[in-house]
Amino acid sequence: MRAISNNRKAFNTAIALTLGLFMSFPIIWILILSFKSELDAIGNPLQVLLSSWTLDSFSTVQGRSDYLKHFSNSVIISLGSTFLALLVAIPSAWAMAFVPGKQTKNILMWMLSTKMLPPVGVLIPIYLLFRDYGLLDTRVGLVIILTLINLPIIIWMLYTYFKEIPVDILEAARMDGAGLKQEILYVLTPMAIPGIASTLILNIILAWNEAFWTINLTASNAAPLTAFIASYSSPEGLFYAKLSAASIMAIAPILIMGWFSQKQLVRGLTFGAVK
Amino acid sequence: MMSPSVLLLLGWMLVPLTMTIYFSFLRYNLLNPGTESFTGWTNYYYFVTDPSFTDALVNTISIFGGVLLITTIGGIAFSLLLDQPMWKSGLIRMLVIAPFFVMPTVSALVWKNMFMNPVNGFFGQIASFLGLQPFDFFGQAPLLSVIWIISWQWLPFATLILLTALQSLDREQLEASEMDGANSFSRFIFIILPHLARPITVAILIQTIFLLSIFAEILVTTNGGPGTATTNLTYLIYVQSLLQFDVGAGSAGGVIAIILANIVAIFLMRMIGKNLE
Repeated sequence: MRAISNNRKAFNTAIALTLGLFMSFPIIWILILSFKSELDAIGNPLQVLLSSWTLDSFSTVQGRSDYLKHFSNSVIISLGSTFLALLVAIPSAWAMAFVPGKQTKNILMWMLSTKMLPPVGVLIPIYLLFRDYGLLDTRVGLVIILTLINLPIIIWMLYTYFKEIPVDILEAARMDGAGLKQEILYVLTPMAIPGIASTLILNIILAWNEAFWTINLTASNAAPLTAFIASYSSPEGLFYAKLSAASIMAIAPILIMGWFSQKQLVRGLTFGAVK
Repeated sequence: MMSPSVLLLLGWMLVPLTMTIYFSFLRYNLLNPGTESFTGWTNYYYFVTDPSFTDALVNTISIFGGVLLITTIGGIAFSLLLDQPMWKSGLIRMLVIAPFFVMPTVSALVWKNMFMNPVNGFFGQIASFLGLQPFDFFGQAPLLSVIWIISWQWLPFATLILLTALQSLDREQLEASEMDGANSFSRFIFIILPHLARPITVAILIQTIFLLSIFAEILVTTNGGPGTATTNLTYLIYVQSLLQFDVGAGSAGGVIAIILANIVAIFLMRMIGKNLE
């Protein structure tokens, strides 16, 4: 590599930083507005910046709309569906990666194809089934749906990770006298954990932000944050400070997780086609 | 050990899909339960000849065409920029891709109310501060506004994929071409762009799958209006089935949406399938 002058680096940094601030400006702006009073928030940008800071909006949002309930719905639904899907997916991805059969590739492709099914194509049957079995507006119902829609991504992601575990290491372990149990416990599991962890994070992000089924299958009880924020569309949404506070609390956990999972995200969302 | 997941997905695919196809041949309205009867292709006929179907089809194509144009060109430009040597690259990359992690309902509402609102929105405030007439985004250009919001969410995705791909580019090849006198333009055309061809295709296909099913952004900002100006196929089917309770017509629309998505899916599956060899 040639040395790169500091001037050039400073120039690149300045341009890229401008771009970054431009792209994330709406997020930065609502972060600022969430700490302002309702009256200050509708002023012009200069007045907004110069006005005093307050935590009022956060407490109002919680007091008026039971924010914590929707937040915990989001947590339960995204974590529940992710763990349930992992439970089903780990054995199958494991089997396909370590004991591939003739049909493994076809099965993988077929699983992927279920992901291509547009949700609106099965909206009516799911809605009617949910109505008949009393699953509408329940957290259990949403956990089931989100488990199913994200299962293919989870299996694929785990498969690409497991595939990279060298089989030779198993033989080496066997030579050293490890039994099947020890093999799984001391050799395979430690090597599989990073892949499982990134799959977990990506899937929580996807489930947290899912906004088709969560909106259509909930009313108020089981509504996670996606559906709760949608209810702000009018006229509550014109209260900028409250909307900002509710939005910031809804996206903060995922932004933090996203920070740690940028690379895995590409792999998971492209089904291993881009690494 | 594969069977639980295979069975689950098989059930998930077959049961609702069969029901959708079955309903699409019925006269079936939730407001008149018990009067279901077989009507053949009538639902399809009415769904397809309805003028709002043509509008929805055009809007669906406009949304995904517009968004893909912005995200692909922008994604190439952004990723080339972020691939340059710089300080704090991790922080800057996170700032650029942050919009992708924002849930659709939040980004739609924040853009609509806090930026595009002509009276109190950020752009309106800036315009009146400069003595200009504020632009009523959702009144004057509803579809473009929706496209703008969706592009903001997906541009980071394209950037992230292309940046990941760029980082696997062989640096020595670039340096060799530079020594041979290639300028930066011809390096871009003959080395970087061919290297990006595959990731670009993958990014486009995956976005297409999601963009054909855009729903929350439309529901929250315009409710498909004014008129049918921002109604896409997904939203039209939602209106038919859950707002007008016409299960038959909604199901016929659902079958059509599945067929359209499959056309895209076939290309995507081929790309990913090659990777398994």
